[in-house]
Amino acid sequence: MANKSVFFNPLSKDNPVLVQILGICSVLAVTAKLEPALVMGLSVIAVLAFSNVIISLIRNTIPTNIRIIVQLVVVAGLVVTVSQLLEAYAYDVSKQLSVFIGLIITNCILMGRLEAFAMANRPWPSFLDGVGNGLGYTIILVIVAFFRELLGSGTLFGYQVVPQCFYEAGYVNNGLMILPPMALITVACIIWVHRSLNKDLQDK
Amino acid sequence: MSRLRNYLDKVKPNFEPGGKYHAFHSVFDGFETFLYTPRTTSAPGSVHIHDSIDAKRTMIIVVLSLLPCFLFGMYNTGYQHWLALGETVMPFWDLVLYGFLTILPRVVVAYVVGLGIEFAFAQWRREEIQEGFLVTGIIVTMICPAEIPLWMLAVAVAFAVVFAKEVFGGTGYNVVNIALIARAFLFFAYPAQMSGDKVYVATGAPFGFGTPLPDTFTGATPLGQIATQNGPDIVLTGINGQVIDAWQAFVGLIPGSFGETSTLCILIGAVLLLATGIASWRIMLSVVVGGLVTGLIANAFTSPLYPASFIPAGEQLLLGGFAFAAVFMATDPVTAARTTTGKYIYGFLIGAIAIIIRTYNTGYPEGAMLAVLLMNCFAPLIDHCVVQANINRRLKRAKTSRA
Repeated sequence: MANKSVFFNPLSKDNPVLVQILGICSVLAVTAKLEPALVMGLSVIAVLAFSNVIISLIRNTIPTNIRIIVQLVVVAGLVVTVSQLLEAYAYDVSKQLSVFIGLIITNCILMGRLEAFAMANRPWPSFLDGVGNGLGYTIILVIVAFFRELLGSGTLFGYQVVPQCFYEAGYVNNGLMILPPMALITVACIIWVHRSLNKDLQDK
Repeated sequence: MSRLRNYLDKVKPNFEPGGKYHAFHSVFDGFETFLYTPRTTSAPGSVHIHDSIDAKRTMIIVVLSLLPCFLFGMYNTGYQHWLALGETVMPFWDLVLYGFLTILPRVVVAYVVGLGIEFAFAQWRREEIQEGFLVTGIIVTMICPAEIPLWMLAVAVAFAVVFAKEVFGGTGYNVVNIALIARAFLFFAYPAQMSGDKVYVATGAPFGFGTPLPDTFTGATPLGQIATQNGPDIVLTGINGQVIDAWQAFVGLIPGSFGETSTLCILIGAVLLLATGIASWRIMLSVVVGGLVTGLIANAFTSPLYPASFIPAGEQLLLGGFAFAAVFMATDPVTAARTTTGKYIYGFLIGAIAIIIRTYNTGYPEGAMLAVLLMNCFAPLIDHCVVQANINRRLKRAKTSRA
């Protein structure tokens, strides 16, 4: 039962992006197109899940004073692995994501989960927590990227979705959606809808 | 007029609690207070300032002061179109009618979309309808090209009203100028329809009136032409190839956004705004001073890299949206600085930044919009610093006089 809420809470009620407002920088950076956003989300899920497990396994042996350094080393190792895998098997996407895969190390969600959860819980719940938070992050990334790519480029995953006759009738792609400000505004709209649906999240 | 009053009184009970159309109470209230001074007064027991000018009357005066620019915009739209056709005979009423037919759908769309959202939000929050959009609606159409596609205008107005106004709490709570947000949205979202040499002369035949121009027609605004020259003599030409002199730029017979080409008409509006005390002369003056000083500095260090630096500082003020921004945008009391010293700083920086962007960022031919938006964001900070400095000065005086 507890494991269930550990996994499902981050998807909505305790979503890292919508509720804790973490990881916003990468939401701005990688959501102009769906494909890199999805790959970025999967990378974060993988790194978050495994670093959670590793830290949880060695949590009783880490000296408190240097725990942040230890966590960073673990995360950095995983990030480099993911980055190399992407370069080997999905070179184009890794090109598009450029430094942002490397910057997963600095993603606030990771440090937050390691500190708040993995340091105090057993490996299996930590794994679920990592996957749950990674999924919560990925869902938002994909929603934002969906709207930005659809309205900004008229495509989804690179395939043209807005029919050609629209363009002939005078429709023009919204160039502002490609620019970072609209990522923030899209996230804000999602938060708006999310808070309207979940009254208990609203500030008094 | 009393017939209208009687009618309103007759239908009023329908909109009161328990009435048939109670759901539209705020709509009715909005129209009633628009037409007549409200009969209710503030509740007794607390201090109130009484003044017959409420927000609706203020807005109407702003609309009135915009009218000369608007009427001239209609004429100029037709005039540029006739010039582009190569005609030499300019039938006055045809020109005005052409401009009127071109701009009419834009005004209707801007008001329907903007007021629709405003009414919906007021109804949803059970508040009175605020009148802020009266001015915004007309300004939006005046600072865009006359032939901006209707759906783009609708999207931009909706975006601006929701994200620049309603999310902050409605009229009077916005941080930045709503009309300028609509324009900035268009500028960044649809650059091809908002800049370049194809959009600033109306080419269509609205409602079948006039002769349409071919799609290949191009006619650059004066500011747009500057980027293609490298000085020291900047030659700006009108649509017919004739050189534009300072007088033409002052009167406003140049291509540009619909309502902002005529510095003359803007000045008429400025006189009205200043005479009624609605706009701050401090802001207007300091915007002009800021623009002039920066223009003179640019003149002193001319460079072929930045062709706009060759334009005489005085002429800079006549071109583009500078004058319109100084009179109608920078002085918006909601988004401007409130303290007296703050107004001088705020205005000066708007003028200076507008000319800096225009001169040194060759990617943007016009900087007035961005300058006002930027300073809107800084206005609260300026006020804070001015107030804090005042507190510190008085504290210091109190301490020294005691010692």
